Amino acid sequence: MEIRREPIGQDSPTRVSPDDLRVRDLNSRQLLRGGDLQGRTHPAHLEGAEFERYVEESVMTTTLDKAVAWARSNSFFPATFGLACCAIEMMSIVAARVDVARFGFEAFRASPRQADLLILSGRVSIKMAPIVRRIYDQMLEPKWAISMGACCSSTGVFNNYALVPADKFMPVDVHVPGCPPRPEALMHGVLKLRKMVQDDPDMGWRERYDARGTEEVIASSAATSVPPGGDASGA
Amino acid sequence: MPDATGLELIAQELAAAGDGESPVLDTLHFRGRGTLLVRPDSIRTVLARLRERGYAFMSSLHGVDHYPHEPRLGVVYELLDMAHVDRITVKVRVPVDDPNIDSVTPEWPTADHQEREVYDMFGVVFRGHPDLRRILMPEDYEGHPQRRDFPVGGEPVIFTYNEHEALGRTDDPS
Amino acid sequence: MTPPEPTLSEYRKREQSITLAPVQEQLGVARTQEMLTLNFGPHHPATHGVLRLLVTLQGEVVREVKPIIGYVHTGIEKTAEDKAYWKVIPVVERMDYLSYYFNSMAYCGAVETLLEVEVPRRAQYLRVIHMELNRIMSHLVWLGTSALDLGAISMFWYCFREREKILDLFEMSSGQRMHTRYFQVGGVIEDIPAGFAGKLKGFLDEMPERADQYGALLNRNEIVLQRLRGTCPLDADTLLSLGVTGPLLRAAGYPWDLRKADPYCCYDEFDFKIPVGTVGDNYDRYACRLAEMYESVKIAQQALAGLPEGPHITEDRKVALPPRHELATSMEALIHHFKLVTEGFRVPPGEVYFPIESPRGELGCFVRSDGSSKPARVHMRDPSFVNLQATSHMTEGSYIADLIATLAMLDPVLGGIDR
Repeated sequence: MEIRREPIGQDSPTRVSPDDLRVRDLNSRQLLRGGDLQGRTHPAHLEGAEFERYVEESVMTTTLDKAVAWARSNSFFPATFGLACCAIEMMSIVAARVDVARFGFEAFRASPRQADLLILSGRVSIKMAPIVRRIYDQMLEPKWAISMGACCSSTGVFNNYALVPADKFMPVDVHVPGCPPRPEALMHGVLKLRKMVQDDPDMGWRERYDARGTEEVIASSAATSVPPGGDASGA
Repeated sequence: MPDATGLELIAQELAAAGDGESPVLDTLHFRGRGTLLVRPDSIRTVLARLRERGYAFMSSLHGVDHYPHEPRLGVVYELLDMAHVDRITVKVRVPVDDPNIDSVTPEWPTADHQEREVYDMFGVVFRGHPDLRRILMPEDYEGHPQRRDFPVGGEPVIFTYNEHEALGRTDDPS
Repeated sequence: MTPPEPTLSEYRKREQSITLAPVQEQLGVARTQEMLTLNFGPHHPATHGVLRLLVTLQGEVVREVKPIIGYVHTGIEKTAEDKAYWKVIPVVERMDYLSYYFNSMAYCGAVETLLEVEVPRRAQYLRVIHMELNRIMSHLVWLGTSALDLGAISMFWYCFREREKILDLFEMSSGQRMHTRYFQVGGVIEDIPAGFAGKLKGFLDEMPERADQYGALLNRNEIVLQRLRGTCPLDADTLLSLGVTGPLLRAAGYPWDLRKADPYCCYDEFDFKIPVGTVGDNYDRYACRLAEMYESVKIAQQALAGLPEGPHITEDRKVALPPRHELATSMEALIHHFKLVTEGFRVPPGEVYFPIESPRGELGCFVRSDGSSKPARVHMRDPSFVNLQATSHMTEGSYIADLIATLAMLDPVLGGIDR
């Protein structure tokens, strides 16, 4: 075990005391020059290399991709797709307490052609699965899907002959657990999706446990095609 | 609810009114409710007679599977007399290899969807039903789910470790 | 209607069995050229849930409506046969997803009848409070979504504001907003916490005012009157032959309510009225449900005021879990707890049908027990399933817009219809 001594506090060489006359002299010279105490000069007084650095630091430049991603993520048009109990909680996020209009997502479109977010809320029965797939196919790219609730994520309470988990027939971006999930939980899921679309995915536990690089990414071709043998009704 | 003696009187009345054999096979008075077990071929006459007696509202029509006791498939008719607030239950039992019974839809229009559900779930065929087809399951489904020997079914829950097997994907995991 | 031959899609091939011949015969073959069969698909902004209607139209006039259901069939009854009696409660609650307390009440009532176990009075009063709150909440969702269908969009936010208050109360008593598993066989799972009574009283005091506001918005509104008044009436006799109960039957003038006619769960100790309509058109159905909200408030107020002291669940340890503090001291309590949690209680063999009055009509639960710890058959007689048969009778000869309004006033909940 190696022990290293370092002075801290008043005797630390790296600590500058504000009472130091030299610092106060510097501060007053900066103020006279038209800057502020942190040493930043007003942009009007900058020139040359300093000016270039200022522009780089404070003006936002971005690529077109990022700008488009920002626009897309802040204007999801969810499709009205309420199947069962989760639909009532989905209606609750439109209501006033958890107001989805704050984020810009209140324009629920009835037609799938005009929607880009499919919030699958409720249990998907085997009779309904081909219809959900059709609706999802009718949506235009880019489109995302949130599987809300336990029933569509994994058949939930009812693991029986009548239900199909949504993953079996369509790609799902975010699964929101709950039975039914609170409106706040669904909002959390939608916001996670928003971060994903902004290309800044919320790493969740991977962030906390420093486990970046352990994600399993399915190749995009497999993600958008119908898995063989998984689609039972051939619609 | 007709008490036990009232139930027996009803049963006797039905037996007397019917020509030949009594339509009533058994009576049961359980937890304050009367139940008549009736022959399958006489269900329409029994219900008509009960309607004359005042039980003019059919609350419910549902099926039961008495597996493994034969005759296995049962259909239960719940009748209600609104004027006297009186309920009576009529049961019939049909075997699985010949699950035919007369439909009561012409006289009791409320039985329409409910008989279709019993057909869908148990396989009981109602003769004379205007439109007997599956109501809850897809039209081309095979099997009658609510029978006791039909498996509950289910899917394996999809986690990341069994994602590819569970979804039936054959491409390589990347 | 002749389908285009020879390329029939898979979808149409499966539906060849649906025949519209009776309607065509009725109106004469020559007029079939004018008839259009439209599919109100399961995904439609106006259907309440995934209801599919095949509507045969002559111009804008509806000639026949064929509902096709099953798109949210969950196999609840089959799942229930696989679970212990206690575990069936959350499964059965998810059937009619707007009236979950009623689903569990019907089921618990049926099992309690089979077990011949007595529910303590405090539990019955608590059940009444929660059921009436649920009735108000169900009518609020109905009102919000129906007004949305008719175009009165702001009603949605007002109704859901009240709904949030009710869900806060549910969350206070049981921890969950929906599907709370609060009713158990023998009583309720937990007594109400401190503060619940005060919050409930506050809500009940202001609810009639809110309902007045809804009435002020809609009752004399010209558009509401034109769309609902006189549209799609149906007389009580036809409704009775179709098995329709609930506000639809009461709107037609027939005063049948199981809470009054065949009281269960201490309803005979409360003083309330049954709103009854006169004509049986859509406006009466709307008015009945709105008036029922006031009556539910009254019942809940009386139940709260007269809430008796006592246990909140039956003392029979063979049916209900013992309180946790007993587990540390009593060996029997431990054994009972173990048996109940692992296997569950056994119910003596028999069959019973327990009907109650849910916001949509008569909700009955048929339980057949074969003596083991799992039910042999659980069937829920759902009111919406039977009420849906009246759609065709109600809307014959009216316009499509009236069809939408009638569907809204019918208050179908597809979870209950499809189970």
